[in-house]
Amino acid sequence: MTLMVPAVNVAALKDTTLLNMGIFALFVAVTMVIVFRASRNNKTAADYYAAGRSFTGSQNGTAIAGDYLSAASFLGITGAIAINGYDGFMYSIGFLVAWLVALLLVAELLRNTGKFTMADVLSFRLKQRPVRIAAAISTLAVCFFYLLAQMAGAGSLISLLLGISDWGGQALVIVVVGVLMIMYVLIGGMKGTTWVQIIKAMLLIAGAAVMTFWVLAIYGFNLSDLLGGAAETAKNPAVLNPGLQYGKSDTSKLDFMSLGLALVLGTAALPHVLMRFYTVPTAKEARKSVVWSIWLIGIFYLFTLVLGYGAAALVGADTIKSAPGGVNSAAPLLAFHLGGPLLLGFISAVAFATILAVVAGLTITAAASFAHDIYANVLAKGKADAGTEVKVARRTVVVIGLLAIAGGIFANGQNVAFLVALAFAVAASANLPTILYSLFWRRFTTQGALWSMYGGLSAAIILIALSPVVSGAKTSMIPGANFAVFPLSNPGIVSIPLAFFLGWLGTVLDKRKEDATKQAEMEVRSLTGVGAEKATNH
Amino acid sequence: MGHDAQETDAAAAVDFKEVQSTEQFKELRKRHRSFVFPMSIAFLLWYFAYVLLADYAVEFMSTKVWGNINIGLILGLLQFVTTFAITGWYVSYSNRKLDPIASEIRHGIEGHEFDKHGNPVGGAAK
Repeated sequence: MTLMVPAVNVAALKDTTLLNMGIFALFVAVTMVIVFRASRNNKTAADYYAAGRSFTGSQNGTAIAGDYLSAASFLGITGAIAINGYDGFMYSIGFLVAWLVALLLVAELLRNTGKFTMADVLSFRLKQRPVRIAAAISTLAVCFFYLLAQMAGAGSLISLLLGISDWGGQALVIVVVGVLMIMYVLIGGMKGTTWVQIIKAMLLIAGAAVMTFWVLAIYGFNLSDLLGGAAETAKNPAVLNPGLQYGKSDTSKLDFMSLGLALVLGTAALPHVLMRFYTVPTAKEARKSVVWSIWLIGIFYLFTLVLGYGAAALVGADTIKSAPGGVNSAAPLLAFHLGGPLLLGFISAVAFATILAVVAGLTITAAASFAHDIYANVLAKGKADAGTEVKVARRTVVVIGLLAIAGGIFANGQNVAFLVALAFAVAASANLPTILYSLFWRRFTTQGALWSMYGGLSAAIILIALSPVVSGAKTSMIPGANFAVFPLSNPGIVSIPLAFFLGWLGTVLDKRKEDATKQAEMEVRSLTGVGAEKATNH
Repeated sequence: MGHDAQETDAAAAVDFKEVQSTEQFKELRKRHRSFVFPMSIAFLLWYFAYVLLADYAVEFMSTKVWGNINIGLILGLLQFVTTFAITGWYVSYSNRKLDPIASEIRHGIEGHEFDKHGNPVGGAAK
């Protein structure tokens, strides 16, 4: 089979701007109507934070997939495979396998013991105030980095999808995205946000399915031929082998191990993923949610394998790299190659919707953590009524939204993948050890939790600050300076084991013993679901 | 299905230490841990073995098996297969071995504190 390698005319993309905007506006209009309808029953804190715990496992699983398949996943992984071949594929494996940690060790037990936030579980049998504050701080830190990544991604996407290349225009679009997101979360609460996630996940998976089928059809449904085509266009058979991106040196190999550790252990500790388990009525439904999301996410990543190599074969790495938006433009360019302006418009709108939905999910998580953990339980010492708490949460949404807009404008052009990997590393270091210890280790104490959370959080952030990501390399955030004493760009391989160690050390050195009754209660409740938070009736 | 949680907020008045020391609960905990711990260790080892191979055994991973499909791609796709398989296995294990005993304990506790037809007390919105 002889294959022509057609040139994608990048200039022609600009002609589709109006179409892209039109399709996106349609998405916003439809979801707004749904959010308004969903908002009618937002009366209590359980309604606002946890959607009245009324979603089914399959709905919530789809929403989790929507939360998880961010623009970094869709555009980032497709682009990484298109440019770096096999190494891009290895990202998606880490992102998927990570869900087994959530399924086996975290989801159900967490659903049975908590109410709204991760801190509910961590402070269950330890000293309330200090542990809750620590958990809230790490929740806010993870959400902030993740949020920044999404907003920064919005800026660079825009340059490709809407043909807006000047700084002011991009800033304006970031403001629009931010304001829309604030409205979703303010009005719709968790229920509205969840519906936006569900719709977006279905559109994204359907769009990727159509493109995958299309690419495979071009190659007669023969994966080997597709891979051959990719190697031929790249004029480099090594795109099919590991090592193109991470095999350069011993440091880069170690860096990949570090990234792999952060990816596989970070997912089950991401606060916005954990919070989704409270939107279902029982632990059994929480389990079903994870099963659904594992299937959806797994199938989606299989699509991205085909799409990435498809883009490498049909569009070509050089065209992708020189397009505005760079690596991230692989999927949109492939859509344009396959289905012309209409498919490009659809995929672009879905990419926007993705950012919008993920940002909304992060915002409600951060707002819930601030209002429920810091305001209601620490500042008001548990005496705030639910109405005031929700009011505080709504105000927090506005503040976080404004911060995200400002941060997004500031971070526009920064490396998106680094910010996301940082969020995973911080989550795995600061949260996962304490989650696992408090669920499974009877002796675990408050001191262990605090050492592990603060130690993991600060180790991750300090190592990042001292890494080549921030200084000392051409691609650094501060290219002029050089204080990069830590050679790896992902801190996971150091900070995660350190946090586990500190949790152990803090516990064995602690002279205080925790309340055995509380430990018994947590263990019994986590495994049996006795006294778990119920769904609210409407 | 799924809405068996519309029961009572029995947690307040239960002697959890007593429940924790019952043979039935110990059996539930044993069944849970004897599945999730070895399984977690197994999939993490398998995942890191794969990452190490991709990182340090590039030539082995690049060995072509069928057309352009090499060992690396096959092992990568096997990661997907094992993830799906462990998911299915865990669900069937929970349905058979964990859920029945968990709901027995739960009903035992809740039936103990309230009469069987007692009205649901409280909601989630506290």
